[in-house]
Amino acid sequence: MNKLISIEEAVSQIKDGDILMIGGFLSVGAPLNLIDALVAKGTKNLTLICNDSGFADSGVGKLVVNKQFSTIIASHIGTNKETGRQMLEGETEVILTPQGTLAEQIRCSCYGLGGFLTRTGVGTKVQDGKDVIEIDGTKYLLEKPLKADFALIFAQKADKYGNLVYHGAAQNFNSVMAGAATTTIVEVLEYSEEALDPDIAETPGVFVNYIVKGAR
Amino acid sequence: MDKQFVQEFIAQRVAKELHDGDVVNLGIGLPTLVANYVPHDKAVMFQSENGFVGLGPTPSEDNIDPYITNAGGKPVTIKNGGIFFDSATSFGIIRGGHVDLTVLGALQVDEKGNIANYMIPGKMVPGMGGAMDLISGARKVIVAMEHTAKGSLKILKECSLPLTAANEVNLIVTEMGVIEVTDKGLILKEINPEFSIEEVQAATEPTLIIAEDLKNMEV
Repeated sequence: MNKLISIEEAVSQIKDGDILMIGGFLSVGAPLNLIDALVAKGTKNLTLICNDSGFADSGVGKLVVNKQFSTIIASHIGTNKETGRQMLEGETEVILTPQGTLAEQIRCSCYGLGGFLTRTGVGTKVQDGKDVIEIDGTKYLLEKPLKADFALIFAQKADKYGNLVYHGAAQNFNSVMAGAATTTIVEVLEYSEEALDPDIAETPGVFVNYIVKGAR
Repeated sequence: MDKQFVQEFIAQRVAKELHDGDVVNLGIGLPTLVANYVPHDKAVMFQSENGFVGLGPTPSEDNIDPYITNAGGKPVTIKNGGIFFDSATSFGIIRGGHVDLTVLGALQVDEKGNIANYMIPGKMVPGMGGAMDLISGARKVIVAMEHTAKGSLKILKECSLPLTAANEVNLIVTEMGVIEVTDKGLILKEINPEFSIEEVQAATEPTLIIAEDLKNMEV
């Protein structure tokens, strides 16, 4: 099958009310071209699952400023004042989640797990409403998987099979989100008809449904 | 003491807690300064929770790689022997106890080792980022901060702000001294000779236990 599609074809699949996972860490390694196309499309009532809410003028922050999310699940929103404003004024529901818990909730979804136990958040507000399970004398929180309709991720390079490699610290949430949503779309700087070296490829193409090329 | 001097002094003292071979994660702000004072005879590997170990210094303007940044989004470098990985691996390293030491700032810390450093309800809600995982997962947790905030107490009997983690802080380093968190309470282990014990106590809500071998805080 041909996984390479245009950015327009990619974002046309995303509908009002969808749940999106978007890769990147403070916009580093975010699928910037897919985000810009989604800003232009103006899709509303989306749920965002992302490490942070970016900056007002870059990355997922542009979607926040454009008021396209009704819910944001993130570990950090401090670099985008608009997210804090929308949260405090009740316009957008913001669920703050510890970064490691967020990554693992996403990973559970990809790996077919029903949840996991973590000490992170025990005795804090993060514990509210969650089951506390004691194992061998240590208390853990039961954290459940996070599912999404689309994972929009970024990689340095893809081959036509969807196998991916990353560069620098751009891997962050991208390879975790690959395969964690119903549909995974990757934006890449380089695309190759030739297969990547199977010893080097970091994300298996089985997790990737579509590839778009995005220039920087 | 001016603010910058105070911060450098605290960072220098924290650096003395580093051991050869340690994997260390530094929080943003004051804790970042600790990297400038690593003793030359100690090889320390810094972990960056956005996805690598081997965090190196800021590159020159010509050598900036936009994909190599620290957890604050600022350009950094990766040292020989470093490695990149994804966020799940990064937090596996953190939660799994593979980080020997984390150094963080705090809004409040209390005598039970509770720490609050991620939100002021109704005002400041940046989020916890990786701090909750780091404080729960690292083998040793050092709070590095100014002793008070413009006169208001930060070392308390009980934190009033939402906790980042409960019973996890091991050591508090401020410009006034070095305080160990124990089951018996807070023990003043070292004191900056510029202050008296009475002055340190007045700036601290719970009653301090004075170590029998109280030392001068030196950097």
